[in-house]
Amino acid sequence: MSECLLDVSDLSMRFGGLLAVDQMALKIRPGEIVSMIGPNGAGKTTVFNCLTGFYQATGGSVQYKGQAIEKVPGYKIARLGIVRTFQNVRLFKGMTVLENLLVAQHRHLNTGLLAGLFKTPGYRRSEEKAMARSEFWLDKVGLTEFANREAGNLAYGQQRRLEIARCMVTQPELLMLDEPAAGLNPNETAELDQLISDLRRDHGVTVLLIEHDMKLVMDISDRIYVINQGRPLASGVPEDIRNNPEVIRAYLGEG
Amino acid sequence: MKSLRYTPAVLSAVVLLVLTSLMMGVRLEPSGVGLKVSLADPSSLFWIAAGVAVVFFFQLFRAPIDQGLSGIKQQLPSINAAKLIKATEKKEAKTLLICFAVAGLMIWPFFVSRGAVDLATLALIYVMLGLGLNIVVGLAGLLDLGYVGFYAVGAYSYALLNQYLGLDFWSSLVLGGFLAAFFGFILGFPVLRLRGDYLAIVTLGFGEIIRILLNNWTTLTGGPNGISQIPKPTLFGLEFGRRAKEEGNVPFHEYFGIDYSSEYKVIFLYILAVLLVIATLFVINRLLRMPIGRAWEALREDDIACRSLGLNPTAIKLSAFTIGAAFAGFAGTFFAARQGFISPESFTFIESAIILAIVVLGGMGSQVGVILAAVIMTVLPEFAREFQEYRMLMFGLMMVCMMVWRPEGLMPMKRPHIKTKSSRSESGSPVKTASLAESV
Repeated sequence: MSECLLDVSDLSMRFGGLLAVDQMALKIRPGEIVSMIGPNGAGKTTVFNCLTGFYQATGGSVQYKGQAIEKVPGYKIARLGIVRTFQNVRLFKGMTVLENLLVAQHRHLNTGLLAGLFKTPGYRRSEEKAMARSEFWLDKVGLTEFANREAGNLAYGQQRRLEIARCMVTQPELLMLDEPAAGLNPNETAELDQLISDLRRDHGVTVLLIEHDMKLVMDISDRIYVINQGRPLASGVPEDIRNNPEVIRAYLGEG
Repeated sequence: MKSLRYTPAVLSAVVLLVLTSLMMGVRLEPSGVGLKVSLADPSSLFWIAAGVAVVFFFQLFRAPIDQGLSGIKQQLPSINAAKLIKATEKKEAKTLLICFAVAGLMIWPFFVSRGAVDLATLALIYVMLGLGLNIVVGLAGLLDLGYVGFYAVGAYSYALLNQYLGLDFWSSLVLGGFLAAFFGFILGFPVLRLRGDYLAIVTLGFGEIIRILLNNWTTLTGGPNGISQIPKPTLFGLEFGRRAKEEGNVPFHEYFGIDYSSEYKVIFLYILAVLLVIATLFVINRLLRMPIGRAWEALREDDIACRSLGLNPTAIKLSAFTIGAAFAGFAGTFFAARQGFISPESFTFIESAIILAIVVLGGMGSQVGVILAAVIMTVLPEFAREFQEYRMLMFGLMMVCMMVWRPEGLMPMKRPHIKTKSSRSESGSPVKTASLAESV
């Protein structure tokens, strides 16, 4: 149990009469890449919202490094090291690419009012560090030349990459990606595949992924959870999931 | 000709005719106990006809006019002097420009009339208010219609602190700012959950509550009679009156051995206002480039993304309200000192509306724009004294024109351009990023 980074059990979420998530269980060990798949409306994003504190789960428990977080507000969960992206990209569109990355480091920065007004050495150092980190990640996702472009003016694929970079500058331990490949062309998806693998290898993040692109999912996942109509349907390594008759039925309908 | 549009031209002319005829074309005259409607004098009828003609021909030739204007607009960026100067020289040029501007602002009042200096002081108060509200509305994106409430708190804190505790202007300036900030903080709490229209309504109510409280708490605030004889600021204890009010004090002119002139006081107030505005600009400029300033803007752009990155929206909203209110408090304290008399009349909703108009007119988030708009909004009505009755009409006309030609404000906010290390070391774009960008 203690080796789990994230341990979810019996998670359920009810909206009025609708049981969107029912008895969901999830275990993620440090350094793993875990995927959640399932048909549209299966409740994958709802699970994400429960885990990141955007929804208050109606039942069940969520343990992060042995600490119960199901009642913790979203911004505090992010500070614990769980950071997510969104299905429909949520950048600060009117701000520049660089500013997007600087904002994300807010909690690591020297935010004292007087320190900033008088530009104390400590404040300068923390700003320089933030700049260095931003530049590193800009380079990593190939957006250096767009640093001063407004985020809303970037191409879609670039926006997706920027959103991942924005998560990474917060130095997360668990990165949750909600359909990162949606709307990308095969080339970009291949790059994304590479990027996610790099993130784990070089930066030690654990990744939880929602994705419909089966090639990507089968390629990079260590384990896969399948959800159907809010309930866990199957879980296991990609091989097993691919050959699981129930999963095939849920995706393709009964033949 | 195809570009001549008769239908809209006739329509607009008719609408104007109907409206102006009702407002300017007829007169109510008392006859006996009742009122009689009679035709206005020929001169105003002539003005109506002239106005209708202008509107008719403007609409008729709208297309060519628009074309001409868009041609001018395209040329505008090329006139931009800043672009002609190289980036390295740009910063020096900017500092030089600011120095000249400040020096000009300081010397200017000695050569003009007392009325002009007084008006400039008023404009500077509005600049301060506009800059403060700009934090809340322009940067944090929280529509605040009760900003005048904090202005009132600042003004009344000086008036009351002076009346009951005998505090002078300088200590009250600090305290007034703090008190207004405190009220901003208090208001922040109930409105934290609100957004958009709901937020606007609650803040509007807050502004009114403060005014009504000041109006009715007669024992403390003097109610509608207000508070009078608020002392003017002093220069290191030197007063600007003909005779010192306090025992043992020497007036300014006696200390320096010059003749008494009431202009010294006006100019002193003006210079004080300039200094306050410069201080405000300095602080806000720094705030903008600080983590907190970036967080305000991020909150305006997307509060859900803010939360997902570990920013506490509650704290950010509160800080925007508090700091914004503090500047209104400073402006209010100065206003009370300048007027020498304040009453709840000075803090009605229309003041909030004017300050908000300044922010919108200038361009949300833009500081130069706000300064420009504040000057326009205070100076223009003075020049157009004869049109005072039509002030609101002109106000509306200006807003309509703005929405048509410059919906982003006079000077839309520019994003800060930060140089990255890699662009500093290599002039060209790195090969790796170029290949990645190609695939997009």
